Amino acid sequence: MAVAEKTPAVAADSAARRVGRSFRPRYPAWLTGPLLLYYAIFFLGPMAILVAFSLAVQQGFGSLRYGFNTSQYHQIATSLYITIFERTLVMAGVGTLLTIAVGYPVAYWMARYLTTYKMLALLIIVVPFWTSFLIRTYALKIILDPNGYLAKDLGLNIMYTKYAVGVGLVYNYLPLFILPVFASLERMDWTLIEAATDLGARPFTAFRQITLRLTLPGFVTGALLVFIPMTGEYIIPNILSGGNYEFVGNIIGDQFNQAQNQPFGSALSIALMAALSVFVIVYILFATKEEQFGA
Amino acid sequence: MPRRLKAKHGFAAWALVLYAFLYLPILVMVIFAFNRPSPASVAAFHGSNICNIPPVQVGNIAVWNGFTSCWFSAGLHDPTYIPAIITSLQIAAAASIIATALGLCAALALARMKPRLRAPFDALAYLTLVVPEIVIAVASLIFFVQARNYIHAFPPLGKPTILLGQVVFNASVAMLIIRARFVGMGDTLEEAAYDLGSGPLATFRQVTLPRLMPAIVAAALLSFTFSFDDYVQPAFTNGTTNTWPIVLYSAVRFGLTPAVNALATIMLGATVLAVVVTAVVLRRSRAQVTPGQEKARGLDAALGLR
Repeated sequence: MAVAEKTPAVAADSAARRVGRSFRPRYPAWLTGPLLLYYAIFFLGPMAILVAFSLAVQQGFGSLRYGFNTSQYHQIATSLYITIFERTLVMAGVGTLLTIAVGYPVAYWMARYLTTYKMLALLIIVVPFWTSFLIRTYALKIILDPNGYLAKDLGLNIMYTKYAVGVGLVYNYLPLFILPVFASLERMDWTLIEAATDLGARPFTAFRQITLRLTLPGFVTGALLVFIPMTGEYIIPNILSGGNYEFVGNIIGDQFNQAQNQPFGSALSIALMAALSVFVIVYILFATKEEQFGA
Repeated sequence: MPRRLKAKHGFAAWALVLYAFLYLPILVMVIFAFNRPSPASVAAFHGSNICNIPPVQVGNIAVWNGFTSCWFSAGLHDPTYIPAIITSLQIAAAASIIATALGLCAALALARMKPRLRAPFDALAYLTLVVPEIVIAVASLIFFVQARNYIHAFPPLGKPTILLGQVVFNASVAMLIIRARFVGMGDTLEEAAYDLGSGPLATFRQVTLPRLMPAIVAAALLSFTFSFDDYVQPAFTNGTTNTWPIVLYSAVRFGLTPAVNALATIMLGATVLAVVVTAVVLRRSRAQVTPGQEKARGLDAALGLR
């Protein structure tokens, strides 16, 4: 009886307090607990053990001695692995530029010139990506096959070269660039361009000084959204270069699959993340600057 | 004026080229699902059904050898492909449910948390997205092996470890999608519900949750797709379990028959059908319930844009 009387009063009281404070429900902080715990075990746990492995020494086959041994990192600094890192970053950079060159005009076209069919045009870009990533890459392999039409009849035999890898990268990452760029272009106020051209600006000048500046955040986000996973790419170089043009990711995989040199593979992973973190930090600085000065 | 028209047509032409580029491989995949084995290998094969030719003898399937539809039944009766697809569906369904639940809980609390408290959590979430998948895959591999060594409650490499590993990335994606929608929809309706005397739970169930639904569905679908399509992480944490991408990968590398094209064609057809049906149903239900302003937003969410 006492409980029954008390409960509504307490509820009303706490509701009143909450209303008095913020006029909206605040969800309790412990709701973040499950995800935080999950991250701690299944993300930070593996990362910590990766660091520990990279500093360990291999003893015989498959057994390790933990410690603080930096010899793996010295090995990465040798010319063979430096070359692979360079190749990965250059390929990811070129792949990103190509994706921008191919994708930006289309995002621009959709945002500026389409009205009724805008969302449909976007949907049509996304549909091919409902098939499996591997199937798409395999389909590219059929097209580029040395015995296929492109190679035999048109003389374009690029399978198992860096060009095939480039085609694969652009093909698979296009929507990842187009979507954020389209989203930012869509918020553009196109009357600004009209005003600029009315005031005598040439179309390209207007584009460079207004459109590009206003949509720069989306542009940079899209470019980075493409560049970062390209750097860690594993499947595309493996299938389309047939092992002739391997990325860092493939070398890491090999250390765990074939070579069974897990400390070295771990050190390579850490080095890859270190290389990537440079770009991420630049992006964060850029993003906070944009936020401060309002774009 | 004619000048602008010209630019517009140039862009449209380029877009057409891009669409062709995007669809050519898909088209090739579908067409070559009906490709016969090369004449030489058909002549050398003595079985009754030419679609039982093993991958090593199938010959050159990158050129057109003639029409057959037998790869579809060959694919549907394949002893490795079908169980692998079922395994992938199971893992993807579980990963999608767990990731969406974790993401929803965290998104609700994070959206209205003080920025100072939220920042470290955000950093962690973005980190799970930025770290290359191959790195997470090998790290998960050594983690699960070591964890099993020391704590026996941990599952051995197999379906559970694939699932546990995939949920990290998917939960981050789900959290960001749901939170974006939650922040975007504002708090006026919840405020109104409070003013009218509704409690926190009733408000959540009757006001917040229904309006969050598009984002929740989008997050669940996206998680499902990512998980189902994922090769790298399962390839390292699978033990002896075969998922569909793993089977596909080894087929692509070491030889396959158009049965793979046939299965991929069936799955693409099923996906397109499911999406068309969903779009029609959504359009119908939205036309009844919410004002037109919400329409674009819902489609955005369905595409995974926010």
